Amino acid sequence: MVSDVSYEAASAHYGWRDWLSQRVTAVVMLLYTLLVFAIVIWNGGLDYSVWKSVFANHAFRLATFLFMIALAFHAWVGVRNILMDYIKPAGWRLSLQTIVICVLIGYMGWTIEVLWGAL
Amino acid sequence: MAALDRPVVKPRPIYLNVLAIRQPLPAIVSILHRVSGALLFLLGIPLVLWGVHMSIASPDAFAQFKQIVGHPFSKLLMLALAWAYIHHLLAGVRHLALDLHVGVDLAPARRSSAIVLVLSLLLTVIVAVRLW
Repeated sequence: MVSDVSYEAASAHYGWRDWLSQRVTAVVMLLYTLLVFAIVIWNGGLDYSVWKSVFANHAFRLATFLFMIALAFHAWVGVRNILMDYIKPAGWRLSLQTIVICVLIGYMGWTIEVLWGAL
Repeated sequence: MAALDRPVVKPRPIYLNVLAIRQPLPAIVSILHRVSGALLFLLGIPLVLWGVHMSIASPDAFAQFKQIVGHPFSKLLMLALAWAYIHHLLAGVRHLALDLHVGVDLAPARRSSAIVLVLSLLLTVIVAVRLW
């Protein structure tokens, strides 16, 4: 089966995995969004003391961290797809993709600082 | 067989001017999905991180934060990001439905893309009312 061999050679097999991860991370973020919406409605708005107590809750901090991990993977797949579509020179594309990865890792570091840094 | 060798020439427009092509609704939702996603990555994530960081730091910082987001320019920016988040989320839910083979036919797919466009704008208007 020559066609099978050439398919194997041409495919990196990350397509279906990214397709799935994009959807799993989307559902995680959807649930977190509903959670935050419910918290805001439940408290009838947010003043400082409520806001502070929401973030003092360990479960909420973990949920926020989970959301940010999902967001980082989701954003990586999405932005990488945009770059693959519009940036044709390989050098530019690779450079921009590297910058995106660095930015996302930076966002995660910032997230950890916000959630567990000064509190 | 000779007919296959000869290209059939019809008077069709051969340019691909994005602005001259009338896009179907699902295509508009699709490109806005991409635009909103890029906007959220470039501006949304850092601004929300900055906002949360500042607002939970101390009561003073919280007050200062409220003052900054009360500025008309901040409100416009937040409104744009709110639209981006809402549109991206709704277009994503539509995508998940399509993945589950719900609304794949032409008519329902058009209808759901119209719903995504209109509903995200409506919800953005509600956000605008809450902001001002």
